[in-house]
Amino acid sequence: MIHQYKLGQYNIVLDVASGAVHAVDPMAYDIIALFEEKDRDEVLCEIAGKHTASKEDIAACYDQVAALKASGQLFAPDTFAESAGVLKEKTAGVVKALCLHIAHTCNLNCAYCFASQGKYNGERSVMSYEVGKRALDFLVENSGTRRNLEVDFFGGEPLMNFDVVKKLVAYARSIEKEKNKNFRFTLTTNGLLIDDDVIDFANREMSNVVLSLDGRKEIHDRYRVDYAGNGSWERIVPKFRKLVEARGGKNYYMRGTFTHENPDFLEDIKTMLDLGFTELSMEPVVCAAGDPAELTKEDLPVVMDQYEKLAALMLERDKEGKPFTFYHYMIDLEGGPCIYKRISGCGSGTEYMAVTPWGDLYPCHQFVGDEAFRLGDIWKGVTSPETQKQFADCNVYARPDCRDCWARLYCSGGCAANAYHATGSVRGVYRYGCELFKKRMECAIMVAVDRALRE
Amino acid sequence: MEHIKTIVTRNLCESAKNGGCGECQTSCQSACKTSCGIANQQCEKESK
Repeated sequence: MIHQYKLGQYNIVLDVASGAVHAVDPMAYDIIALFEEKDRDEVLCEIAGKHTASKEDIAACYDQVAALKASGQLFAPDTFAESAGVLKEKTAGVVKALCLHIAHTCNLNCAYCFASQGKYNGERSVMSYEVGKRALDFLVENSGTRRNLEVDFFGGEPLMNFDVVKKLVAYARSIEKEKNKNFRFTLTTNGLLIDDDVIDFANREMSNVVLSLDGRKEIHDRYRVDYAGNGSWERIVPKFRKLVEARGGKNYYMRGTFTHENPDFLEDIKTMLDLGFTELSMEPVVCAAGDPAELTKEDLPVVMDQYEKLAALMLERDKEGKPFTFYHYMIDLEGGPCIYKRISGCGSGTEYMAVTPWGDLYPCHQFVGDEAFRLGDIWKGVTSPETQKQFADCNVYARPDCRDCWARLYCSGGCAANAYHATGSVRGVYRYGCELFKKRMECAIMVAVDRALRE
Repeated sequence: MEHIKTIVTRNLCESAKNGGCGECQTSCQSACKTSCGIANQQCEKESK
């Protein structure tokens, strides 16, 4: 299977199964489109009627396409379906990442929050050191031979329980050598409680820091308000700037959410750039159907256009020597994930779990609060194997809708939580999300092609 | 005349032979938290 598209100045052909990417001229583009449907003479004849090239040149182009097919770089067959369960079988029972819900409370009251203002449809709560420590032990005990362990401090607002965060990091560091593990911590914060102590700690201990900023002040302050209804932009931006300046090049993401209020989110990305931030992520809102923040059908073409303009802006800024990163356009064509990773799905409920403040385990942070998806707890482990099985069986080939999609080896079947909320099944497909994802991949690959050809 | 420029990419069919160590980052950990994409993940295996 191939996927062909034109974007920017490029005609791009992606060979889905091999992962090969080709930038081609218009004639090769047309030959490739006909190649599997017609025989050589028919293709040459049709192309001669459309392109003003010599017969020899058309034939040479056809032969280049044929050579790519012969070498497995075009029309390669997808033979991966039977390997879909292999990685999960090989790693059954291994947990390598936890999302620690360190605080089910928040000092902001954002109406669009998927976590219902940090409370996840429950009572306000913070994680104790004892629960957090047990969660880290649970992770180490269940991580098998896996060395790199990821722990996210998530909420709610994790800095509302900062002392416990610090103690947990100290505990993890005290055991990692003896256990032969390498903890990679991430902190996700709305920024209100950032001070010099937080900056020093985060820049020393956190592999990544995710800073929530929606971009333009009026957009940010539309949703990201405190309990008195005051916007937070003015208070957090100076703190974010100070933290990022002190970070010395370590990973961070300025992460925004866009909603029905700002499908023209490129303006928000430009605001982030103007503020001096270069590591950016902008996510479509996740909310209940019918919520005023929800992206509509009418927003879709606007958002698609914004993604294309964002790709163009990236290339412009590259040329000006002012490059920036957009999380969803990061794609490493040479060193990216192997096929097992690409077909196994995101790992939620198996290698990745969320831990509530009281120690319950859920398949991921987006299922927390939905009792039907409770997997067990950090003391007894997984006690609902039938719930876990739904996730263990989840892979790109388990979703009938994904089998014929060109983007299946880039999205790995998509987000189980989005699928569940859209269709009632973790094996469903959230179509709106698919449209956005495919556009992002087309843009990401185009940017990668441009960069590769400039080198 | 060169009609096709092939970008250097990891051959996914080949990766079936020696991939699957599982050391790479969990997909939605650390950044987006609301969607899934594995394209932006790095392979952690030293000998690919």
